[in-house]
Amino acid sequence: MVTETDVQNAVVELLRKTVVRLPADVKSALKAAAEIETEEVPRMQLKAIMDNIALAEEGNTPMCQDTGVTIFYITLPRNCEVDVEKGIVDGVRLATKEVPLRPNAVQPLTRKNPGDNVGERMPFINCKVGDKEYIEITVMTKGAGSENMSQLGMLTPSQGVPGIKEFVLSTVLRAGGNPCPPMVLGIGIGGSSDICMKLAKEALLRPLNERHKDSEIAALETELLEALNMLDIGPMGLGGRTTVLGLNIEYAYCHTASLPVAVNVQCWAARRGTVRIHPDGKLQFPTHEEG
Amino acid sequence: MTKRLKTPLSEDDVRSLKAGEVVYLDGVVLTGRDEVHIHALEHLEKGESIPVDFKGAALFHCGPIMRKSGDAWEVVAAGPTTSSRMNSLEPEFIEKFRPGAIIGKGGMSQPTVDAMKKHGCVYLAITGGAAVLAAKGISSVSGVEWYELGMPEAIWILNADNFGPLTVGIDSHGNSLYASVNEKVKENEAKVRERLGLKK
Ligand code: SF4
Repeated sequence: MVTETDVQNAVVELLRKTVVRLPADVKSALKAAAEIETEEVPRMQLKAIMDNIALAEEGNTPMCQDTGVTIFYITLPRNCEVDVEKGIVDGVRLATKEVPLRPNAVQPLTRKNPGDNVGERMPFINCKVGDKEYIEITVMTKGAGSENMSQLGMLTPSQGVPGIKEFVLSTVLRAGGNPCPPMVLGIGIGGSSDICMKLAKEALLRPLNERHKDSEIAALETELLEALNMLDIGPMGLGGRTTVLGLNIEYAYCHTASLPVAVNVQCWAARRGTVRIHPDGKLQFPTHEEG
Repeated sequence: MTKRLKTPLSEDDVRSLKAGEVVYLDGVVLTGRDEVHIHALEHLEKGESIPVDFKGAALFHCGPIMRKSGDAWEVVAAGPTTSSRMNSLEPEFIEKFRPGAIIGKGGMSQPTVDAMKKHGCVYLAITGGAAVLAAKGISSVSGVEWYELGMPEAIWILNADNFGPLTVGIDSHGNSLYASVNEKVKENEAKVRERLGLKK
């Protein structure tokens, strides 16, 4: 049977892989961006990013010093008897020491830093029950530079799709070079204020090369991505053709009288990772198959 | 054009740099972000001395991950933090402490551009998040001051060896790549609006 210690060890391994290696879809998007860039300054920025990714993999070190705060999405089997949440908290604590992760989590008012990335509701764990036999744990290690550029807009229904586009555009203009572009945008539409922000972050969990299954939403994703890349904010805000590396939308039905829209801004270091813990203790890392 | 310079930087070094050029640095690089700025200015006001000399120094907006191996510190990852958070403090910091270069990401606002022109300082952009690449350009760590501010906020005294690539984002003649990109982006915004079917 899987124990809490198994979960803890799986989480340490997951965090190590996540902060060291980018998922394949993000890497190939960066490579494609480097290929279309013609100007000297942005080429240099993208080359530095690619060199950095290779060095991080070689040395098994975190690709960025901001290893973020840890946000988890877990799916449990119906009859799960392990205290997965405890395993995760212990895993974060151990990973902070062993990987190492930068101790980022602080008490919001006193700003006191416990030094282990663990505190009230941190790591934050989103939990649901699924129909698989394995425990699935997905983590996003989210840096502050990009997160601080995220925004929620409570639009009125009459603002409609143009209002949504307007809001996304103004978020990107406001963000400029701050979130370490080329950036990835996770966009939530609908729900309520809290659900909308949550959708925006969940949108960042989808691979960049996968469009939404609803064709209308997929078309909006493509339209926004292409248009925003005409801005030429470029890598690190120093100008260039790729400002937005990827753009995913998730939506939920909402009240007839409201239109929430949320943008969660992510940096080029779009780190996410998933581990599956099978009943026999075997681990599988679908986001990090090559290592 | 690529240049290689050694810190502390002379005024001639600084004035020779033009926006868009690429630089690699050797010599001491000091980290300092929000708390270092606040702390240093407070110390000065109270007439207290500070433990490092910022004159001609390269001040790196960075909150690194460090590891102690034996008695010595080593850099695990050391990429830049968002410089604009220091916008309100930097002009005064430059005036009082006279650093030769500020290294960071995202650029800084007009008052800092003005202070750089007046006192002779440049802004060197290092690729955000490229922390392992940055660490590769740091050969050793001489020490740490104000460690009580916390690992990311302390002053780390780093020895740079071919540290870069750094792009001159703001030079000491009032030129800012960020300002020119901003102007272009404003022009492009009109095209984007048209493409999205939005009002001008
Ligand atoms: S925005 Fe992302 S890449 Fe940039 S410093 Fe923060 S975590 Fe690293």
